[in-house]
Amino acid sequence: MAPVLDVRDLAVGFPSQIVVHGVSFHIDPGETLALVGESGCGKSVTAFALMRLLPTTARILRGEVWFDGTNLVSASPPVMRGLRGRRIALIQQEPLTSLNPVLTVGAQIAEVIRRHEKLPHAAARRRVGELLDMVGIPEPQRRAEEFPHNFSGGMRQRVMIAMAVACHPLLIIADEPTTALDVTIQAQVLDLLDGLRRQFGMAVLLITHDLGVVAQWADRAAVMYAGRIVEQAPVRPFFRQPRHPYARGLLGASVNEPEGQSGSADSWHYTTRRLNEISGSVASAAGEPGCPFAPRCPEMIPACRAAPPRLEPVGDGLVACFRAAETEVPHVAAVG
Amino acid sequence: MSELAQERASSRLRGPVARDAIPAAPRPGDTLSTGPGDMLSTGRGDMLSTGPGDMLSTGIVPARPGNALTPDARLRGGAVRHRLLRAGLHNASFLVGLLILIAVVGIALTAGWVFPGDPQDMVGTPTLWPGQDPQFLLGTDSLGRDVASGLAHGARVSLLVGVSAAAIGLVIGTLIGAVAGYFGGWVDTALVRLTELFQTVPTFLLVIVIVAIGQPSAAVIVLAIGVAAWPTVARLVRAQYRSLREAEFIAAARSLGYSAPRIIFREILPNAMAPIIVTASVMVANAILTEAGLSFLNMGDPNLISWGSMIGDGRPLLRTAWFLCALPGGAIALTVLALNLVGDGLNDVLNPRSGLV
Repeated sequence: MAPVLDVRDLAVGFPSQIVVHGVSFHIDPGETLALVGESGCGKSVTAFALMRLLPTTARILRGEVWFDGTNLVSASPPVMRGLRGRRIALIQQEPLTSLNPVLTVGAQIAEVIRRHEKLPHAAARRRVGELLDMVGIPEPQRRAEEFPHNFSGGMRQRVMIAMAVACHPLLIIADEPTTALDVTIQAQVLDLLDGLRRQFGMAVLLITHDLGVVAQWADRAAVMYAGRIVEQAPVRPFFRQPRHPYARGLLGASVNEPEGQSGSADSWHYTTRRLNEISGSVASAAGEPGCPFAPRCPEMIPACRAAPPRLEPVGDGLVACFRAAETEVPHVAAVG
Repeated sequence: MSELAQERASSRLRGPVARDAIPAAPRPGDTLSTGPGDMLSTGRGDMLSTGPGDMLSTGIVPARPGNALTPDARLRGGAVRHRLLRAGLHNASFLVGLLILIAVVGIALTAGWVFPGDPQDMVGTPTLWPGQDPQFLLGTDSLGRDVASGLAHGARVSLLVGVSAAAIGLVIGTLIGAVAGYFGGWVDTALVRLTELFQTVPTFLLVIVIVAIGQPSAAVIVLAIGVAAWPTVARLVRAQYRSLREAEFIAAARSLGYSAPRIIFREILPNAMAPIIVTASVMVANAILTEAGLSFLNMGDPNLISWGSMIGDGRPLLRTAWFLCALPGGAIALTVLALNLVGDGLNDVLNPRSGLV
């Protein structure tokens, strides 16, 4: 099956530095790919580059983004405007500020529909009611007449989701959609998004820094570090056996069942174990000729400092690490 | 997708959602947004209101379960307008300004009925003092024209010129400011230079030059004042657009495939309206003053009587019949004062930074 989105060697630069170094990944129809990484690793920039909504100072330096038979990197602005909102939708981090404060929620949703599908006014209004109902807003017709400040954070994010799915897009890019919400609302919103994905067969690019979200709602995970994808794998193998030292570091830094004690939930809830940390800082990746993670990597070998490793298939996924093969079945000899 | 699955999905959603449906009490984040809707919900009306009805509409009452939510929410739409009105009524200077303005507009509208005939006609003995002849309550000028009729008909001209000139200035200024602020870059640089070019020339001088080049007809005067007045609006609107274009909901609008004109007019303009409205009232006042100045200098439309031309005509008789200058002068002062009071009042109600929010 042809992927919905195929990103090949995408690089994005600001005047002072390159922030995304040749990222490649693809998303299959109906699949949720989680793009994971810490703040500033280039997740959001990658997402905005896909939609060609980068800030004016940023440039796409090279690469191709194939979506529905179109290369988004070279598509003309009118073509892009036709795709945005209709075929690719974006859900942003802050539902509080992503809605126009002076227009009613219904008017904002209706505008998307009427922009992309030449529906008459009344039909668009009916669709607004259906959409709000679908995202679980009670009394949809009445709530449609209200302004964003009449809605709570979770409700606003539901409205954003309603706008995103209004034209049945092929791909939804969700840029940390639940960062601004508390954990219970986060689960509701992500469940809703996941349900709609199944219902409409949409693909979702879920950008997050929350490994719990990845484990629960993603099919595959792509880990970014300093503007590069360092590991890409289906979620189950990824959590069972992360291959890249950075991915291992991330998982080690989360609150988990202490090793060797398989007790009840309480035993690790009350654990006093110190969390593992990844020493050093991400700033050390700047100007590194080799693997960006090498300055912080506990398993660094001299080859790591010479040239960045390429994403190679290891096990079920792809890993950019010279020593990844060593984490494979032990009897295979290490190859530098 | 089967209907069953859809039903299951939505029923699963409804359960936990109910909690979410409780309207949020005003939270600190809300006051940061600049929409009039937000401002109004926490505006002056709330602070002054004491009735239980008010509390309901502002959501101060903690959310009650079930049907209590419905009347609350239904009140909101009307409550916004209601609150705007009440906020205005509690502001004494706004109220005074509004009443004077309504009176002036009323006089202008009824001038044709109350004082039929041309106000330029010589109808009585020259320089009658007010009260001297019951037929001419406010006296007559040096040519025997009725001053009261002149004032009423002059109100028409003054208001018409003021409002249309301000409208022209607003449209030009908003367009240029919006384009400059939204697009930035070289477009912005070019338009800002153009704005500065216009601002370096004193407004009144520019109006005189334009009227001198054209004819002193009402249309040319309106156009001249409008063209001279737009830079103020353009700068204001540009600043608004520069900050609003960075807002996340504008990024969201771009991500929905909206074109630049749609974003400029439909997404940003309603958010930038408050300061534009406030400036508009002051612009009308300035346009009335400019028109009066022109007429005083005999550069006004000779076929129309205006307050400015009445002052100009009365000037030679200032020592013997000072009321010929004082009456239209008072009318101008009162109208301009009223417009400024209304502008201040609107500023208090609409401006999020006025300290009332």
